Amino acid sequence: MSTLLAQSGRPFPDWAWFDERNVDRLRDLFVEHVQLTGLALLFGLLIAIPLAVAAVRWRRLYSPLLNLTGVLFTIPSAALIIAVFAFLPVQTFGLKPRTSVLALTIYTLLILFRNTVAGLDSVPRDVTEAATAMGFRPSRRLLRVEFPLALPVIIAGIRIAAVTTLGLVTVTAFIGQGGFGQLFITGFQRQYTMEVAVGVVASVLLAVLVDLLLVWAERALTPWSQSRGGAT
Amino acid sequence: MITFDAVRKQYPDGTVAVDDLDLQVEEGDVVVLVGPSGCGKTTTMRMVNRMIEPTGGTITVDGTDIMSTDPVKLRRDIGYVIQQIGLFPHRTTAENIATVPELVGWDRSRIRERVAELIDTVGLPDGVADRYPHQLSGGQRQRVGVARALATDPPVMLMDEPFGAVDPIVRGRLQDEFLRLQAEVHKTIVFVTHDIDEAIKMGDRIAILSEGGVLQQYETPASILAHPANAFVEDFLGEERGLKRLSLIPVKEVTADRGPVVTVGTNATDAREVARSQGADWVVIVGDDDTLRGWSWTDELADPVDGDAAKPFVTQVEAQDSLRTALDALVSSWTGVAVRVSGGDRYEGLLTRELLTAELHDDARARL
Ligand SMILES: Nc1ncnc2c1ncn2[C@@H]1O[C@H](COP(=O)(O)OP(=O)(O)OP(=O)(O)O)[C@@H](O)[C@H]1O
Ligand SMILES: [Mg+2]
Repeated sequence: MSTLLAQSGRPFPDWAWFDERNVDRLRDLFVEHVQLTGLALLFGLLIAIPLAVAAVRWRRLYSPLLNLTGVLFTIPSAALIIAVFAFLPVQTFGLKPRTSVLALTIYTLLILFRNTVAGLDSVPRDVTEAATAMGFRPSRRLLRVEFPLALPVIIAGIRIAAVTTLGLVTVTAFIGQGGFGQLFITGFQRQYTMEVAVGVVASVLLAVLVDLLLVWAERALTPWSQSRGGAT
Repeated sequence: MITFDAVRKQYPDGTVAVDDLDLQVEEGDVVVLVGPSGCGKTTTMRMVNRMIEPTGGTITVDGTDIMSTDPVKLRRDIGYVIQQIGLFPHRTTAENIATVPELVGWDRSRIRERVAELIDTVGLPDGVADRYPHQLSGGQRQRVGVARALATDPPVMLMDEPFGAVDPIVRGRLQDEFLRLQAEVHKTIVFVTHDIDEAIKMGDRIAILSEGGVLQQYETPASILAHPANAFVEDFLGEERGLKRLSLIPVKEVTADRGPVVTVGTNATDAREVARSQGADWVVIVGDDDTLRGWSWTDELADPVDGDAAKPFVTQVEAQDSLRTALDALVSSWTGVAVRVSGGDRYEGLLTRELLTAELHDDARARL
């Protein structure tokens, strides 16, 4: 940053950066950033939830799946994304958003799977037994009892996945997407500090905003756990 | 009616939890399964609604083999209060109680009415309907658990230590309320506890199980207390078997002594004569309709006898109290006399240590 500052002939902060062209660009990058993250989360959930249900239902799958995702999870996120790029047949997939979404999905999948399993596991046994004893069929029990009760842990997983993915999206700038991450690349190339700074601030703001939204969603969806620790 | 015929449960790991169990639960009876921890009470109970499948023998409910019934349907027809209550944390009191009615598709207004009725029946305050379980006290949670099991008015109820998680005072109150309720609804109930006193209080019949799910004795509480089948049962009944038996006999079984009673307004000389004729130096003073006013020494009597000056009796018992309660009252009273009343203040007579002892002797002789 210091070398960047030294070499750049422009003032900092440079409010002139926000001209019409850049504001339009910022908006497009925002859309791309949100889209990549949103799609990765969506696909991650679509795969993680059935997988987690299967792991909880058929205990035989439980340990292998949990171990596998555990190992993958220890790999630093950026390294994992790059590894995915390296090993995926990028040639066949091309330098397209779908390649990025695929890589990001694999990462969200790890987080979401582990949290969904933890959430379903956290449902007290006496509650599921009571449900069975009252004549819930397994599918209804899952939908009406287990999922609602697992929701706080699942949403906690979505929050981690969302914030992590928002950060990882910038890495996909290497293959031409990257949302706000592109500002880093072009900012460095042009030695334009303000552009890099806008990229950083925009990423952070977006992450904070999304996290707040998810916290609010959790409150709205689980009114029963809100006052926990209050009365009793 | 529930029938166990040579029922056996061996878990996959080899543990035999219930062995060769024959048991008949008559319609409208409360049968209490009691025994030390791990003796197979929960297993026995859960086989009835197929939460656990027997590995031998047959169980029938109202003549139908449970193995030929769809388990989900079977469970909806049997009320179940789980050992740890198991309320749904994400559903309010009202929603918890509404669970089975919703499952079987009652319409909304019928559910709302039923929930309101049950909240009242189990003695929950009105304000709790919209609270979540974590906002309720332990006793209230137990009540919600019972209300939820009663929701569709199932003829058969399984209750696994339904009052296990509350303190003794609340437990006593819940037991009393349960007995009052059962006297109205006459359900066929299998009730699990490991507390022999609770078993004696709640059960029409008691099944005593030992480790490995072996039935040791199955009879009425009075018979079990009078004639324990073997050393295990005797040991399980513990100390104070005589006292426990007293807790089963109501005060009304013992004829009360009318005692030296005088009515307010009697002149003092007549009152002293009543006392003397009974060998007492005191009198019971009653008002009109035998309303109890208190007692007085004969040499402190006003003339005519005045009710307002009478000293109150410290120990009062009612006809439906148990002899154990009466004995306790007598032991703690220095006069050795407890006054028996009905409806709080109508004088019925006196209960003395002598009367109680005589009764016990007769009773003991009759049982020999
Ligand atoms: N799923 C299971 N697999 C193997 N053994 C089991 C299983 N469930 C219960 N058991 C064993 O079966 C026996 C009876 O258990 P059960 O739960 O019926 O006892 P209980 O009388 O209800 O005890 P408590 O008073 O502690 O509730 C115990 O030895 C227990 O360890
Ligand atoms: Mg048990």
